Amino acid sequence: MNPVLKLLLEGESLDTAQIGKILGLGPDAVDRELAQLRKDGILLGIRPVLNPGWEAERKVRAVIEIKVRPEGLGGFDGIAERISGFEQVESCYLMSGGYDLLVVVTADNLYKVASFVHERLARIEGVQGTSTHFYLRAYKKDGFVIGDDARNGDKPSISA
Amino acid sequence: MSDERRFVARHVAALPKSGIRDFFAIVSQMKDAVSLGIGEPDFVTPFHIREAAMAALEKGRTSYTDNRGLLALREEISRYVARHYGPEYRPDDEVLVTIGVSEALDILLRATLNPGDKVLYHEPCYVSYAPSVALCHAEAIPVRTESRDAFALDVEALRAAWQPGCKVLILNFPTNPTGGTADRAKLEAIARFAIEKDLLVASDEIYSELTFDGNHVSIASLPGMRERTVFLHGFSKAFAMTGFRIGYACGPAAVIDGMLKVHQYAIMCAPIASQEAAIEALRNGRDAMLHMRDKYRERRDFIVRRFNELGLPCHLPRGAFYAFPAIGSTGLDSMQFAQRLLADQKVAMVPGTAFGQAGAGFCRASFSTSYERIHEACERLGRFLDKVRAR
Repeated sequence: MNPVLKLLLEGESLDTAQIGKILGLGPDAVDRELAQLRKDGILLGIRPVLNPGWEAERKVRAVIEIKVRPEGLGGFDGIAERISGFEQVESCYLMSGGYDLLVVVTADNLYKVASFVHERLARIEGVQGTSTHFYLRAYKKDGFVIGDDARNGDKPSISA
Repeated sequence: MSDERRFVARHVAALPKSGIRDFFAIVSQMKDAVSLGIGEPDFVTPFHIREAAMAALEKGRTSYTDNRGLLALREEISRYVARHYGPEYRPDDEVLVTIGVSEALDILLRATLNPGDKVLYHEPCYVSYAPSVALCHAEAIPVRTESRDAFALDVEALRAAWQPGCKVLILNFPTNPTGGTADRAKLEAIARFAIEKDLLVASDEIYSELTFDGNHVSIASLPGMRERTVFLHGFSKAFAMTGFRIGYACGPAAVIDGMLKVHQYAIMCAPIASQEAAIEALRNGRDAMLHMRDKYRERRDFIVRRFNELGLPCHLPRGAFYAFPAIGSTGLDSMQFAQRLLADQKVAMVPGTAFGQAGAGFCRASFSTSYERIHEACERLGRFLDKVRAR
């Protein structure tokens, strides 16, 4: 794997100068690697991972299962691309199993999610049914265990 | 008018204080110190291993076990040692489960040394070796290892240090604090010497899975050595299980029997939940262990390169998770260097002399920590060196 990407995926907060020092590259070289990863469509962007508890006081997040009828409407892709266009939609996946599309949405409150579902999603041609589930509490997000401070607790800072 | 120190035995009172303790007191009070002084993995024990301990407790497995340890664990140990190190040990009478290698070494020395016996060990080394020998009313004889040999033990140095009355030789490869290892040729020479002088070898191989370059060779696997070697190993480093306190000894039945006597009176048995966790580690822990080893290797490459760039000559340690840079070019001794670095830049490294006089002129830096911390420590170290050299 590209060493810059590998380091980013480890989840430490490192800037490009630090990454350069660790990998023995100049900071420009790291920028070039990142640019290439974007150009190749591998790296879409870099975002902070926020504590979901903090986010939950500001937004609600829901996952919506959607059944669609793909015939003659550009298929699954056509419907999925249209749904993905809404700014409330954080992620959108085609799934195997009991429904077709899985959509994660965020909004200011529960009513805004509800109105997004019945005023927007349900009116899209080809959408046959939806099932909406709200996030209640997070225990792990993007590899980070929430409230996991056991690692730092009583470990001696110097030991033999 | 009473001085309760009179109750403390003379040989205990005479033990030197650990060179690490003072440092620990200072660093633990410091808020934003960056510590490269941690002698344990920065990983949490892999979840499936923790889960095995939890499941054991849920099932109500809270009793004593056989003094030797659970038979299932001894069988796993026997298979693991045969597969990865070579020698085969009978689970019934040649394997003993202990509270880490610390206990294993302690009871081995207590089971084999008579007052006045002598024990050879190589320095710089883990802090407990010489004191454990002294606690047996025996004499510890250090053999220097040198940075020019990447701290491998040279048999000629061993021969020069030998004296009549030497009974045990303690080996520790890869070595804490130097990361030194011994290749097959070096071990063969040491083995021939041990046979010639009829030494019992206590081989502490706690860091053996964390060998980065080449294959680890156990001296117990060499011809004529199985019958005079006690192989000491544990789970703390390879499987990030320090807090479980679980290790083992494999060796000739007569020696293991002697150790068992001390163990059964002093310890009874290792905690059962830790033993259950250890079984899981041996059965299913290899992938997690290899992943951690790769992380240590990457961090080793970074910290050693940075030390050398900063003008602190540092060999590439072939095992364990410690770099051992030479700090002599600063004009400071190990203790001064570590104290001033801590006071000036709040970076903690352990003075090499904490690991014996052969550590003079060096400091130990653990790379069992995040890139972020290693990077920050090196930046601060650079500023410190600029100041020291400007004077």
